Amino acid sequence: MGVKEEPWQTAEIAGPKKALLILKPEVVAAMVKKAKRPLIVVGHLAAEDYSEDAKMIDYAIRMSNAAGIPVVATAHVVSEFIKRGFSSATHMPAMDIGDRLADSEWKGLDGNGPYDLALFMGLPYYMEFVILSGLKHFSTNLKTISLDRFYNPHASWSFPNLSIKDWKDNIEIIVNKLGGN
Amino acid sequence: MSKKGVHVKVDEFKTDVGLFKNLELSIGRIVEEKWAEPMGPTPFPEITTLRDWDMKLLQRYKPFYLPFCDVCCLCTFGKCDLTGDKRGACGLNMAAQQSRIVLLACCIGAATHIAHARHLVEHLMEKYDRNTPLNVGGLNIDIEAPVTRLVCGIKAERLKDLEDALEYCEKQVTHLLSATHTGQEGSNLDFESKVLHAGMVDQVGMEIADLAQISVLGFPKADPEAPLTDLGFAAADVSKPTILVIGHNVPSSVGIIDYLTDKGLLGKVEVVGICCTAHDITRYSSMAKIVGPISWQLRYIRSGLADLIVVDEQCIRADALVEAQKVKAPVIASSPKNCLGLENRTENPSEQVISDLVEGKVPGALILNPDKVGEVAVETVLKVAPKRNKFSIIPKKEEIIKDAQECTECNECMRACPNNMPIPKAMKAAAKGDLNPLADILEDCIGCGRCDSACPNDFPLHSFIVKAGEEQLLKEKFKMRVGRGAIQDVEIRNVGGPIVLGEIPGVVALVGCANYPKGGKEVAEIAEEFAKRRFIVVTSGCAAMSMAMVKDEEGKTIYEKYPGAFDAGGILNVGSCVSNPHIAGAAIKIASIFAKRKLRANYEEIADYILNRVGAVGLAWGAMSQKAASIASGFWRLGVPVIVGPHGSKYRRMLLGRKDIDEDWYVYNARTGEKVYVGPTPEHLFTAAETKEEAMVLIAKLCMRPNDTSKGRAVKLTHYIDLHKRLYSVMPDDIHLYVRNQADIPITMKDEILKILEKKEWKEMGIPDPTLLPRLIRKTKGE
Repeated sequence: MGVKEEPWQTAEIAGPKKALLILKPEVVAAMVKKAKRPLIVVGHLAAEDYSEDAKMIDYAIRMSNAAGIPVVATAHVVSEFIKRGFSSATHMPAMDIGDRLADSEWKGLDGNGPYDLALFMGLPYYMEFVILSGLKHFSTNLKTISLDRFYNPHASWSFPNLSIKDWKDNIEIIVNKLGGN
Repeated sequence: MSKKGVHVKVDEFKTDVGLFKNLELSIGRIVEEKWAEPMGPTPFPEITTLRDWDMKLLQRYKPFYLPFCDVCCLCTFGKCDLTGDKRGACGLNMAAQQSRIVLLACCIGAATHIAHARHLVEHLMEKYDRNTPLNVGGLNIDIEAPVTRLVCGIKAERLKDLEDALEYCEKQVTHLLSATHTGQEGSNLDFESKVLHAGMVDQVGMEIADLAQISVLGFPKADPEAPLTDLGFAAADVSKPTILVIGHNVPSSVGIIDYLTDKGLLGKVEVVGICCTAHDITRYSSMAKIVGPISWQLRYIRSGLADLIVVDEQCIRADALVEAQKVKAPVIASSPKNCLGLENRTENPSEQVISDLVEGKVPGALILNPDKVGEVAVETVLKVAPKRNKFSIIPKKEEIIKDAQECTECNECMRACPNNMPIPKAMKAAAKGDLNPLADILEDCIGCGRCDSACPNDFPLHSFIVKAGEEQLLKEKFKMRVGRGAIQDVEIRNVGGPIVLGEIPGVVALVGCANYPKGGKEVAEIAEEFAKRRFIVVTSGCAAMSMAMVKDEEGKTIYEKYPGAFDAGGILNVGSCVSNPHIAGAAIKIASIFAKRKLRANYEEIADYILNRVGAVGLAWGAMSQKAASIASGFWRLGVPVIVGPHGSKYRRMLLGRKDIDEDWYVYNARTGEKVYVGPTPEHLFTAAETKEEAMVLIAKLCMRPNDTSKGRAVKLTHYIDLHKRLYSVMPDDIHLYVRNQADIPITMKDEILKILEKKEWKEMGIPDPTLLPRLIRKTKGE
């Protein structure tokens, strides 16, 4: 598939403001490093997609461990984190975390203030699409990154539609640049 | 009861004074008062009458907007870019635009039900008798129409009495719709208040529709033991001529059954239904059968099993006629709202219409007389069936394999599929002769057919999927209890106390369409989970069908395993979409019958009671339509939270509470007037759950209410914690917000929970007599 700003679900056209394409994964790592208060939001598909050797949840854990980024596990996926020995994920419905991130007064999971960067992965495409839209329009200082292997136009930055192999290569670079192994 | 528009017309009237010709006499309104209860504060509320109540709800449950796109394109000023804090040429911002879209959706939904009710009432008054008494449960029901009594303040006794309420609903929807015009409303919260108003009048419209059809057509009357009917592809003997009815408005289907009965043809023709018309025709006749929910349309039409299709209104595929033509099945359209471009043959002689349909001279006919639909449908199907010989366009296995070998795996089908089903991968397997992956897709397919439209090779992919799963599909036959209608007053008396005190942990209403993320089996699973936990499980519409489509090891469906009574552990199908007010009505009757709150035009107080005391939650797991939106909003205004499935996030707005903001969760103690923290009960008014696991945990949690007794709260906490631990593998992190005193703690978890409370620096709180309405505070002695 070509490198285009083309939504994965064909009819989910967004705009005028659309996600910038992540063409170099190193840029994501740099943005995470630069962020004062980053957060990873992980949906239930993270434990199901994309293949046995490339599960999103495992990369989320590696990123969190490498860069000390807190994780919010939506739906029931917290149980999958626990199975993998990762016990620090906060569990919260996707709508709840979306709502809180849209609130510039929210003090965050730890009470230390609002987040400035939220990385999303593993939510159903269309659900992530509308939550990212809510954040695009109603959050004031938050930037969002979609780390799924599909272009999600309401994020601030998103991968283009990628093959599993290309996605895995990209996400490996991000984890490595963050100091993970 | 007040009556409007008494109109007398006399052609010739001779008196001592003289001869009067063409005398017409109109009398404005006659007031006949037969209801002893005094009129409440808000009869026939206008669009701002209950605004204060709405704002109380919206202050706690704030909208979280989820725009589909950045623009507004509703007028020629536009398109306007509303991104972020931009405003359009009319001055509207994104929040108001989103709430405006929600209001539009709810107006569409409410108008649909109200127009449905208008048609039914007028048709029934014309065909039967304007004075037919309303009867939804004989001696078992005194409050025949709790929603209409509550909203309008009228007690309808006869069919004709429903007209005042209908007229009221029509007026309200017109006002509400007008508020969506450019340059009308400018505040998102005022749009939201109007959304709640649309939902409330929608409930009245639906109640009128079901009240009329139950009373006149002899549907089950609040019967916990309403009969079981057959559902599925194998429910009917399709070797016979088969008529398929699709839609929601039953008179034309009744016309078919009546004609078959009159002509002694019952048993010689099969009548099967899809969607809510199927519900209502099985409430009318045991001869009718159900194919399945809304999403079964394409697969059934293409299978060729139906020899003739009759459509009425709502939720019918817009391409039903196109699809029917492919299998040479004539179509009769029977509703002015859904004419399908067909010629109106209502006034033509039946023989001529039948002949044209049988000879294939026309693909279908518009017939706006239900009795004539009955005659034409039956006589046509008897002649067409032998000619059609069940002609099907479902391809042969060899054809699928051949086409699959030409599939380029371009992914367009998958990208068009709402559930991202792996069709390309399944086609790759099919190319090698393995159709099992395609058959697996059928299990979760919502039957939209977007894969067909997307395929650049024009492969009929949906038909491939149906063929792959055909062997199983053709064997499927399930039992579903037909819609029972209302809840009996005596049932309310029996369970009102345990529900309000929290000892029955909740009432769960599984309702709505079939736009499921992972098939209908999840609905069955959720229903059974909560029935086993001794909740009261109520259902209607397509959800009621989906939950029938799973059998246990003994071959039984949940309708065969659980009683149909409104009691702990019951699973009750109330009926079609328009039966939903029986669920709202049960909550209202708990306030009225059990708690003896005044019902008549007393909306705010009853809603306040329900919000604070009745642990009821709605789950519309496959909600798709604008009607589902308005149904949900009717429940919100009444204080009943609603959860939708993940596709429901596309309704573009949630109403979410914030449990981390303490000041949002204060109520008045009606005994003392003090403001008291009661915890986030219920936490949300409208939210979308990502998975069935999340939905189940949310259901248990959203059943908690400020008024729960300690015993009741302990029961509810037990279910919440148990489900959370089982499905999430951890304890909930918010238990401290729901434990008010140590007696609330489930005894079996006491040590574990006490440790959590200590860590959270929990402090004991009281249990008030909760209300959000200052006027309900009772003065204490000495004041």
